[in-house]
Amino acid sequence: MTTIDTTDTNDMPPQDPNAVSITINGRTVAARKGDLIIAAADSVDEYIPRFCYHPRMSSVGMCRQCMVEVEGPRGPMMVVSCMTPVADGQVVRTDTPQVKRAQEGMIELLLANHPLDCPVCDKGGECPLQDQAFSHGAGESRFVEEKRHYEKPIPISDLVFLDRERCILCDRCTRFADEVAGDPLISFTQRGNNTQVMTFPDEPFASYFSGNTVQICPVGALTASPYRFKARPWDLEQRESTCTTCSVGCRTVVQSSRDELLRFQGVDSDPVNWGWLCDKGRFNFQSTNSDDRLSTPQVKSGDSFVAISWSEAMETVARTIRHAREGSIAILGGARGTNEDAFMWGALADAVGITMKDAQLDDGLPASVFSYSQATIDSACAGGTVILLAPDLKEELPVLYLRLRDAVQKKRIRLIEVSSHETGLTKYAWKSVRAESGTTAQVVAALLAEAEISTQLASGSVVVVAGRPNLAEAASHTMEAIDAVVAAAPSASVLPVLRRGNVRGALSLGLAPSNGKDAAAILEASAAGQVDCLILLGADPLSDVADIDLARRGIAGAKFVVALDTFLSASASHADIVLPAAAYGEKDGTTMNLEGRVTSVVQKITPRGTSRSDWMVAVELLSLLGYETDFSTLSDVQQAMAQKFPGFGSTTTSVAVKRDGVVVSVTPPTSTLSASSVAGPRNSYEFRLDLSRKLFDRAVGTITSQSLENLAAEAQIFVHPLDLDRIGAADGANVRISNSHSSIVLPIRPASFVPRGTAWVPFNQLGADVRELVRRNVSVVDVRIESM
Amino acid sequence: MARLTDENIRLAQEIIGRYPKPRSATIPLLHLAQEQDGYVTNDAMAHIGELVGASSAEVFGTASFYEMFKFEPVGKYLINICGTMSCALLGAEELMHHAEERLGIKMGSTTADGQFTLERAECQAACTEAPCLQVNYRYRYRVTPGQLDTLIDDLSAGKLVSEIPAHGVVASVRQHIPADRGVGAVAPETVTENPVWLDGKAAL
Repeated sequence: MTTIDTTDTNDMPPQDPNAVSITINGRTVAARKGDLIIAAADSVDEYIPRFCYHPRMSSVGMCRQCMVEVEGPRGPMMVVSCMTPVADGQVVRTDTPQVKRAQEGMIELLLANHPLDCPVCDKGGECPLQDQAFSHGAGESRFVEEKRHYEKPIPISDLVFLDRERCILCDRCTRFADEVAGDPLISFTQRGNNTQVMTFPDEPFASYFSGNTVQICPVGALTASPYRFKARPWDLEQRESTCTTCSVGCRTVVQSSRDELLRFQGVDSDPVNWGWLCDKGRFNFQSTNSDDRLSTPQVKSGDSFVAISWSEAMETVARTIRHAREGSIAILGGARGTNEDAFMWGALADAVGITMKDAQLDDGLPASVFSYSQATIDSACAGGTVILLAPDLKEELPVLYLRLRDAVQKKRIRLIEVSSHETGLTKYAWKSVRAESGTTAQVVAALLAEAEISTQLASGSVVVVAGRPNLAEAASHTMEAIDAVVAAAPSASVLPVLRRGNVRGALSLGLAPSNGKDAAAILEASAAGQVDCLILLGADPLSDVADIDLARRGIAGAKFVVALDTFLSASASHADIVLPAAAYGEKDGTTMNLEGRVTSVVQKITPRGTSRSDWMVAVELLSLLGYETDFSTLSDVQQAMAQKFPGFGSTTTSVAVKRDGVVVSVTPPTSTLSASSVAGPRNSYEFRLDLSRKLFDRAVGTITSQSLENLAAEAQIFVHPLDLDRIGAADGANVRISNSHSSIVLPIRPASFVPRGTAWVPFNQLGADVRELVRRNVSVVDVRIESM
Repeated sequence: MARLTDENIRLAQEIIGRYPKPRSATIPLLHLAQEQDGYVTNDAMAHIGELVGASSAEVFGTASFYEMFKFEPVGKYLINICGTMSCALLGAEELMHHAEERLGIKMGSTTADGQFTLERAECQAACTEAPCLQVNYRYRYRVTPGQLDTLIDDLSAGKLVSEIPAHGVVASVRQHIPADRGVGAVAPETVTENPVWLDGKAAL
């Protein structure tokens, strides 16, 4: 094919060498080389019907619904617009009788075997097949024969049901599983008329991202158990919001009917989640609807709680604060709330003079991680090198895993991973190195000295994705490793991946520790009897602090404990006063993701019982304590917030924040880390404990969502297969794990992803609690494992 | 049932070495698994997935496309009787009925002793020799009911072992390609999305 010389036309040469101009139905459309006709048409709202095409996945031309006419040298030619790239001067028509005939023919063909059970189908009302059968179909079928029959919906995982009769074989779910999620656990099987999407026998579609296939299914073939037969689309009301399950901050729509949350769907935010959600974020709306929610303030009376009124409860809390000794009030938590919640509690802390506060529970990195040059998800994925000094992103920040995986697959970035065991990203890493916990900084230093690595780092931008990989290892090891990278590559930026949805917002807006008094120090002070009033803002130290002994002593040592929470958590059940908090979906506000991106969260349903937003409680306490406050609405809080934090600006109120949000730079006060402790060498007969989270654990939002509560595995300890032989235990046998502090019994499993000498235990699973062995005053934890 | 044996793992690795991308070896390895067990077991598919770097579901998706891969045990001798036009006109139905009566089974099933499986096949491209059939994909032409009886007798008596190996054996002689003639593993960086001949050419 020869290139057409266009220099002799009268048109100005295009500025952009990749710019092309095509004509769609007589309209001139600007596009770029490589764009598909269907995308160019979308950009000017010329709708071409489609089923298989999805802008975030590769085109396959499976459904043939998007046929259009393109002028060719021998007259108009039918092409599939999702597979045909634009070319300069191309003339496209989507409205000719031939196109109409082709589209009607395709609909008729797709409907030939489709059961047309729309009245009982969950998709009915929002179904692309139903909609396009009306908009682009002939309205009737010539097919009078018996349709193909399959067993009606079969579960292909704990969450997803497949109805093969409804399937039109568009390849969206299978493509998603393979291309986007990297979990190709479903595939087309059989052929011809029997082609069907299926898992391998007895191997379910247990992907963390399986809910996305339900959302992108263009028919009702895939349905998710939490939403099946719960509502019709036309009964749903929705508002766009941000998921705060983890700190990625995926955009969602929150859908409800009759004041009950029924479904979350992913929304395509280009800088963040590209429309994808993880299953935990997608299905934990059930937690908001849970019967176990707190609905009224309660006061401890003997061993049980008695409901009291808000005014009585607030009076009691205010009295406790008033009578507390100077500097004896502490606030833990706040990372589960909105920016406004954190800001008001920070303001309360400032007014009352509370210096003991921390939004993290000794399970992240110190706030000084925000003082490095900061990266965004987009800047990390744009090119160059990404160094992972983080927990397993597939388990903790699943959508960030998707973005990084995509960047590697498209050959835009190279990943260098330093981790204590193999993670979900290991197989995509250019270099993946195992560093035993406590030696990360040394391993990173040695790695940076390699010529190949320094050449790679010098070849482009460097982003360090930094988080707390092992909860039984001091944060200082990771911080030192970051310092080593920044020293070697001064232009490197850091993407902090901390736990909990709004941890960055809470730390930035007033709940960061001051004077180095972090959560561990606060609990230690409380254990020593120095805390008269401990306020838990949705924090549950008994479940989340790795040193459970410290958490127990801290909670027990506090003279008075106030818990503001949505559930009666382990820690809240030790409180003197429990205040019910409005949950996600029950309050408006803004949140800040790991990049510092401020987006809105919205209220869709009425708060449970008399529960309130955290900020309202802070405002009321301020006024009860005699401070003058003029906060009566959320926007009052937002105005004060913008005034105090100029970086925040007035553009970041929930009304002004648009889909993609605004990245703000508010740096929290940094505190120096308590003395960097050096990890001693491990005895060869001991194992170094590696404690990290899996996506599904006993977290309150998971166990109170009935579709997720059974997805967590039971507590187990994982060692290398050769170490298992050395211990002399059988696969699955109970072993005794002990050190000088305690001893517990857990089943042991071989795992080749764990290096020799390391014992990995998933955090917070059902069974014996390995945290009994963890002490915070040592920088790493070594244990003995004995066969029983 | 069974994963690949040690000997077959060695063969599998030799086969994988012939291709630039390991997963190109999926189908040859499925034949190897079928040769080992007489049919393709789930364990073998999972094993092949591990060897070529694909998920079990992907291996199953590929395998189930092909009629020649069986996922349930079949007889030692798989008799495919052609039922398409030429054979049908020249007595295929009668041949099938005869086979069913002789073996005491219906088309599509296997004798209790696990020796024979009967299948109705689509055109086997031997229309000039109708009616035809295949035993383990080895042809028999212009078969009469009497000849079918003789064939079954001979197979049962083990007289045709050298000509017709048990189901799953593709060929009695195994192909060996010297290692230096295989393409071998190719660095991922040099593997392009498109075939070499498409390089640099636009799709249109």
